[in-house]
Amino acid sequence: MNLFMTLCAAHIKLSWRGGQTVLAVSFLFIAVTLLPFGLGPELKLLRALAPGLLWVVLAISLLTTLDKLFQADFEDGTLDRLRLLPLAFEAALLAKLSGHFLALVLPLILSVPLAGLLLNIDGAYLPLLLVAMLCGAPALVMLGGIGAGLAVSVRRGGLLTVLIAMPFYVPVLIFGAAASQAALSDGASIWPYLGILAALSAATILLAPFAIAAALRAAQD
Amino acid sequence: MLKALENISAVYANPTRFMALATKLHAPLWGLAALWLAYGLYRIAYVPDDYQQGATVKIMFVHVPAAWMALFGYSFIFVASVTALVFRHPLGHVAARAAAPVGAVFTLIALVTGSLWGQPMWGTWWVWDARLTSVLVLFFIYLGYIALWQAIDEPTRAARAAALLAIVGFINVPIVKFSVDWWNTLHQPASVSRLARPALHADFLYPLLIMGVGFFLLFLALTLTRMQMEILRQKLRRRS
Repeated sequence: MNLFMTLCAAHIKLSWRGGQTVLAVSFLFIAVTLLPFGLGPELKLLRALAPGLLWVVLAISLLTTLDKLFQADFEDGTLDRLRLLPLAFEAALLAKLSGHFLALVLPLILSVPLAGLLLNIDGAYLPLLLVAMLCGAPALVMLGGIGAGLAVSVRRGGLLTVLIAMPFYVPVLIFGAAASQAALSDGASIWPYLGILAALSAATILLAPFAIAAALRAAQD
Repeated sequence: MLKALENISAVYANPTRFMALATKLHAPLWGLAALWLAYGLYRIAYVPDDYQQGATVKIMFVHVPAAWMALFGYSFIFVASVTALVFRHPLGHVAARAAAPVGAVFTLIALVTGSLWGQPMWGTWWVWDARLTSVLVLFFIYLGYIALWQAIDEPTRAARAAALLAIVGFINVPIVKFSVDWWNTLHQPASVSRLARPALHADFLYPLLIMGVGFFLLFLALTLTRMQMEILRQKLRRRS
């Protein structure tokens, strides 16, 4: 467990030092800034679309960070070392993925209220949106990790990772947007959607490390 | 039975033996596919127009079999990948790689003909109907699979990564399908997407089934040819 925490902390530290966190959050804000240029500055329209747009922007921002998951460690041989640790390779990868979540995805989610402000979102729904994103984002990280693992041996495989991972994001986005819809309409309960999002996250946290480990082993041998 | 199957699969694990068989099968399979499809087209020519849809109903005879082959193609890739990864059958990777572009093109045909059919029927080229959306996502899964094969230079690495993706994707396809179905019923219940679909009359059903078999034969013929090409390519690579 100690080793797990160390690996997780190391990934967080490296992401911070490399400026990855700042880059990812800046990307999210740039994407949100572009939206009104495409859709027009009409505040009513933006308010209606805000929850869905924020989900899509969150997913795309997260996709851009995926090539930082294993690529550098694969190239400099750190991944080979991880296989020699007295810790299952899958667990070591889960530690890295948790570090990725804490260092990059959590700051992205925490920027959503401010980004929502720019889109004139109704403040009363923000807490629910944040909770929904916290429930769903781990699944996005895990599914993205599978894409990153499969494309790890491809130099500059960022776009390939995105192409592989994106189709698997569909269910999370659907139930995430449904949770937002339920929050916006009176009387509908948001809990079923949060439950489904959390279930998707739990299932992927449990299963994805095995798929990622298999993908990385295939790239290493 | 199982033992016999094992023997057959062991014999054809040898690429040279497989090539000998494939060379023998090649011409008859293509001939059968061509004749069958020609017969199917002949049958379609005499299908009466639908009383509501007119002649456009004939798009169905290309659209529906293409959609079947889109799904069959991905299942084929999955089975081939499992065979390769779990049972280490050397032809599994070859078969999976060969089938991928074939399945992807059938998926594209299903999407395009669906769009051409949708325009006169629904008045629009595209609706975010559950079926259309999940077939579109399936098309992207095919593209990712093909791109992964092409991106990794080292053949055995590419094969293992692609097989893993095929298996992960196969688990995901039903999840995507169910969530999209659910999503669509949330957004637009019973409007354009729910065409009142009467049970298919025999005049339509038999030509459709004939075309389905024809497309299946075409799929097999194309995949067999591509498998032969792939084995030859591997031989060339080893020599150079």
